[in-house]
Amino acid sequence: MAIYDGLFDSLGLRDWCDAEASDGPMSMADLLAKTAGDNGDSAGTPLHDLPFPSLDALNDACAAIPQSRDLTSGLETGFLGIRDALRFVVDPLTQPLSWALENMLWLMTETPWWAMMPILLLITWAVARSWKVVGFVALVVAGLAFVDHYEVAMQTLAIIFVCAFICVLIGVPIGIAMSRSDRLQGVLTPVLDMLQTLPPFVYLIPLIFLFSVTEPKLYGIAVILYAIVPVVRLTNLGIRLVDPDVIEAADAFGMTKSQKLFGVQIPLALPNIMAGVNQTIMMSLAMVVIASMVSAPGLGILVLRGIRNLELGVGLVAGLGIVVLAIALDRVTKASLARIDASQASR
Amino acid sequence: MTEKNVKVSIRHLYKIFGANPPAALEKVKAGMSKTDLLDQTGHVLGLQDINVDMKEGEITVIMGLSGSGKSTLIRHLNRLIEPTAGEVLVNGEDILSWNDSQMRTLRREKMSMVFQKFALLPHRTVLENAGMALATRGKKRAEFEGEARKWLERVGLEGQDDQYPHQLSGGMQQRVGIARALASNSDIMLMDEAFSALDPLIRTDMQDLLLELQEELHKTIIFITHDLDEALKLADHLVILKDGAVVQQGEPQKILLNPADPYIEDFVADINRARVLRVRSIMTEAAPAGEIAGDVDPADNLESVIARAGGAMDRAYRVVRNGETLGYVDLAEIMRALVPRETGAAA
Repeated sequence: MAIYDGLFDSLGLRDWCDAEASDGPMSMADLLAKTAGDNGDSAGTPLHDLPFPSLDALNDACAAIPQSRDLTSGLETGFLGIRDALRFVVDPLTQPLSWALENMLWLMTETPWWAMMPILLLITWAVARSWKVVGFVALVVAGLAFVDHYEVAMQTLAIIFVCAFICVLIGVPIGIAMSRSDRLQGVLTPVLDMLQTLPPFVYLIPLIFLFSVTEPKLYGIAVILYAIVPVVRLTNLGIRLVDPDVIEAADAFGMTKSQKLFGVQIPLALPNIMAGVNQTIMMSLAMVVIASMVSAPGLGILVLRGIRNLELGVGLVAGLGIVVLAIALDRVTKASLARIDASQASR
Repeated sequence: MTEKNVKVSIRHLYKIFGANPPAALEKVKAGMSKTDLLDQTGHVLGLQDINVDMKEGEITVIMGLSGSGKSTLIRHLNRLIEPTAGEVLVNGEDILSWNDSQMRTLRREKMSMVFQKFALLPHRTVLENAGMALATRGKKRAEFEGEARKWLERVGLEGQDDQYPHQLSGGMQQRVGIARALASNSDIMLMDEAFSALDPLIRTDMQDLLLELQEELHKTIIFITHDLDEALKLADHLVILKDGAVVQQGEPQKILLNPADPYIEDFVADINRARVLRVRSIMTEAAPAGEIAGDVDPADNLESVIARAGGAMDRAYRVVRNGETLGYVDLAEIMRALVPRETGAAA
């Protein structure tokens, strides 16, 4: 019958194979083979056509071996099985995220533009201390407002502010913990690698099953998972790169661990940590566009509309809006980074 | 001269680097050499049976070439490195039995340290760096400011309070390092190759500064160097390390006149003996037969006596301090002292 029949016969597993046999639904390949007039004679199969002993090929010979589609459906059943338990734990934990996102969105869209714009410029000045950057931000915001993209831009910004803030809030302590323990670094590095290389769309799949699409935390979690990686990595790196001579001096003068951490390590790692924050903000911006597929409001929605309805102009304007927003965010964080660098040694 | 108290003392100290130091220690105590230990067990013998007494108010110089273990040794005194075996006594107490908080008190109040690479905090001003020891004890800026400024002035750094370390030259940075150690008001100062990174001229300045401060403060200073000239200039007690073991220790003048082995003879061969040797080291009690040409101070070096004699070989001088005759010295003796003792002659 099938090519690998002989294998199972010779191993004496024939009884086991047939005992477990169950007639699952026929796969498309089986159907095609049948209609093509399957003569069922494996002896005539040339070596050229020998199939790789994959799950499906082995299933042909031995029904007890699961098919590949059982793997995917097994994963699905497994996930659905733990879904309720997972939701019971994760749901209350992430509720503040929904709350923060809703309130931030409300605050930034409901505040009148003539109050919101000066506030944004004040924040820019506080962070960057550069008139050039403040002027650039003013230009960007005014430009977006001029083409009636003010509200969507504010929505995008609101999501980024909340998510980047939470990334820093969680990521910096994780990075510090990693810098202090080689074992933790060994465990977390592959996790971070995975988070960074997993295609952004894939984050959304389990989250859609877990939460209702109307909840802001759905996209909030996706953005945070995607954007938290650089701030963790660079905090860890920054603290590990602090001059060991300076650490030794801190020890020699009897600093406690916390004096060392807050008085020496974090201040000296700050340029690296800020570079991580900059990257985190950039990555949340990238993710917030993709997350528009799961109801994240903002410029991403317009890009999505452009793709769905082939509205070229709408998509392009929104896309360029995202670009200028990204440049503005980058300039502001880079300026604050430069400010920190300037007040420190050029080692 | 009255015998001074022993302030810090090292007893039978061993340090072995490797996977299983205690096992290697047994072998070393059984007489295995450093090279055999490395070949057979892969352990590095850092320090071997070190016994040194450091007296109160004296400068003890530990000298050795790189790799001789001198930096390892000084770090045992404040337990930046833990020994494999042995005792470190400070004021008669074995600090190796102390817990973390006792060690912290020791490092904060009793022992300060000056580093080869300065190891200042790059993100703090000169004043804050000088006050680092006091700030670590929990004093507010207003409380340590006066003390820090006093010591900065004492080391010749007036008006640089608000500079950052990277804005200063190497010599000035090390002055801050010394001010930092002095401001902690500790009686013991550890100086790890403190002047090795400086230009020769600045190094001489700093040595003079240290001697001048010591004249006034009478700290117990443990000074590490690889430079014999520096060691001879500063040392009250000189310890010479080679391959992790003490080769010879004692008063520098005595080591110069009576080197214990060929290694030290090689070491002292290139020294300008006329400038380093002092009258008190070679004077005799018996008055010479000839006429006394004048009085010299016991601390005068031979060079100055030769200069006074104007090259005449038949002069003799009386050694006088505070009107009391201590001994006599004639030019022939001086000339003999200038010739390094040969190994053959000693054997």
